[in-house]
Amino acid sequence: MRVALFATCVNDALYPSTAVATVKVLERLGVEVDFPAEQTCCGQPQYNTGYRRATEPLVRRTARAFAGYDHVVTPSGSCVAMVRDNYPRIGAKALAEGRGRELSGAAASLVPKTYELTEFLVDVLGVTDVGAYFPHTVTYHPSCHGLRMLGLGDRPRRLLEAVRGLELVELPGAEECCGFGGTFAVKNADVSEAMGDDKIRNALSTDADVLCGADNSCLMHIGGMLRRQDAPLRALHLAEILASTEEEPLR
Amino acid sequence: MSGTYLGMPSFPEAARDAVRDVTLRGNLRRATHTIRDKRAGAVAELDDWGRLREAGKRIKDHTLRHLDRYLVQVEEAVTAAGGTVHWAADAAEANAIVTRLVQETGESEVVKVKSMATQETGLNEALEAHGIRAYETDLAELIVQLGKDRPSHLLVPAIHRNRGEIRDIFRSEMSEWGRPAPEGLTDTPAELAEAARLHLREKFLRARVGISGANFMVAETGTLVVVESEGNGRMCLTLPETLISVVGIEKVIPTWRDLEVFLQLLPRSSTAERMNPYTTMWTGTTDGDGPRAFHLVLLDNGRTDTLADEVGRQALRCIRCSACLNVCPVYERAGGHAYGSVYPGPIGAILSPQLRGTASAIDASLPYASSLCGACYDVCPVAIDIPEVLVHLREKVADQGGKGHRLERAAMRAATWLLDHPAALTAGERLASKTRKLHPERLPGPGARQWTNSRDLPDLPAEPFRDWWKKNRA
Ligand code: SF4
Repeated sequence: MRVALFATCVNDALYPSTAVATVKVLERLGVEVDFPAEQTCCGQPQYNTGYRRATEPLVRRTARAFAGYDHVVTPSGSCVAMVRDNYPRIGAKALAEGRGRELSGAAASLVPKTYELTEFLVDVLGVTDVGAYFPHTVTYHPSCHGLRMLGLGDRPRRLLEAVRGLELVELPGAEECCGFGGTFAVKNADVSEAMGDDKIRNALSTDADVLCGADNSCLMHIGGMLRRQDAPLRALHLAEILASTEEEPLR
Repeated sequence: MSGTYLGMPSFPEAARDAVRDVTLRGNLRRATHTIRDKRAGAVAELDDWGRLREAGKRIKDHTLRHLDRYLVQVEEAVTAAGGTVHWAADAAEANAIVTRLVQETGESEVVKVKSMATQETGLNEALEAHGIRAYETDLAELIVQLGKDRPSHLLVPAIHRNRGEIRDIFRSEMSEWGRPAPEGLTDTPAELAEAARLHLREKFLRARVGISGANFMVAETGTLVVVESEGNGRMCLTLPETLISVVGIEKVIPTWRDLEVFLQLLPRSSTAERMNPYTTMWTGTTDGDGPRAFHLVLLDNGRTDTLADEVGRQALRCIRCSACLNVCPVYERAGGHAYGSVYPGPIGAILSPQLRGTASAIDASLPYASSLCGACYDVCPVAIDIPEVLVHLREKVADQGGKGHRLERAAMRAATWLLDHPAALTAGERLASKTRKLHPERLPGPGARQWTNSRDLPDLPAEPFRDWWKKNRA
């Protein structure tokens, strides 16, 4: 099976290790991975801040980049939610404004084939044990988009539970937003920090070594706060844990 | 200060103090978490919750689509039942109508059931200006009124107060408005409730005019419905000689049968009760029973404009259950006052900027008062997609190009250009990686400074993913 990796702009520029890990996990499971270089960003930051028109070139670009593939996989729940929930809206609005039959077609084409990594592993490949090894205590933060918009449910947990050596501990208040919210973190910095503080307090109370999530934008916020406070807990993307093996363990 | 929200600072400014107020945050956290857990339990008891929710949504949508027709039907039915209907285009008109109606009774005191519509119009202050005193009789409203405070929650307007604060307010303020608090009042709930009961009973027995809102208006019969927990509302609705109800035009539902859906959705969503303790319904006037004169003031005040907005109109489905407040992480930290209106929390963030427009600082900032976590949409019993409306309103605010938004627009355009030119993007990423040792830990500039106040930036990688791919896979 050949799939296209949608690395996302955040991972490309700031967290390439997550994209690399995604490639390794998929390849280990016998999937042939492509990285169409045309891709950049899904347009979520612009869209959520109120600049819908500015996302249109990115919708078109994303659709073009992935046109030749049946499956697009990305290690970012919020980007999938953007494609699934908002691309059709962007297309419909463009149509209503008398522009872009092509745009709405492009938007629609992506919806059925775009998968978040854990969805793809569990639903399409039908695996929960990806042969990973990670001897640490881990607590899982389900990001809002994955939790509520995609309904990832227990897929991430099932994947983590199958990792050898890994001890999964419950995160109190797991379903509460960490306070990132894209530009919210900047526009409402005080509230965002207060939310992040509570998330970190809950995470530290677990005594885990690693806080795992499936969305690096939330992890950038949580991890950045953890580091500022020199906390004995690191934030790590789920893909990197799944990529870790006995032969090639994550340091 | 109560009632008037003009000149409110923007949401982030208004929230700043609340976020640092440890008592307030504690009060809010305790209260919202208790009720949200209870609600989840009450909702889980029904295996047809999803269908009820869909039904509630559809009934409301249908009614809103034919609002003109149903409002005329309400008017006809109320008139036929012996009531009088008044139409108010805005707050000033509604207040003028109510003031005139009270003056015509010759009274200078009124008792009120908790009513959001009259909070929205600032009726109490308008009456006060004409020498008419309005007494709030809902316990939480009473606390707010006595404390010269503003409501901070739809259902529990005094949610931001703890028992000790309430005792202090009762002790120092009750005597000014009527029967003083009993000697040696403590902060036990039973004593506080008894003090309020004694204080309010005098008001109920004396009052000849009652003012209410309504949770629902049934078009086919002209029946108004108030749903409450304390029974104080029922006193206001049945004892006075004249009853004036001020109701937003979106509160109409077509038939009695439809009520069944909402009488299930509302209590479970709001108080986590299977059924609310008091449901009072009245249809016009009845000889020898209840008020002898009944007036219905139908309030628009921005609702027609809201209705005209295809995405935003879903906010008018709201049945004011407050479930969205109780799960909202932003409300929990910022408190209700920061939203600058009688409608706080997620619903306030989408309703106020639609009812009032986005010209003021507070209204322009409300659509951004959310991390778009989606918890509000999940619990809303009439499935209002609050995040969708927030983003839609953000677009409106950004388009109007107020303070900060011109720069932001330019930045967004630049980002889009960069993201639409992968070669330039890659060059930028490479440059950032090459110079990564030089990057300071705390950044200057508005956004970046805020970010690095409390968080470290991630280390820049040695190379962007694109380059890794090129070297290792392409
Ligand atoms: S928006 Fe929905 S959840 Fe919020 S108060 Fe209204 S009906 Fe309740």
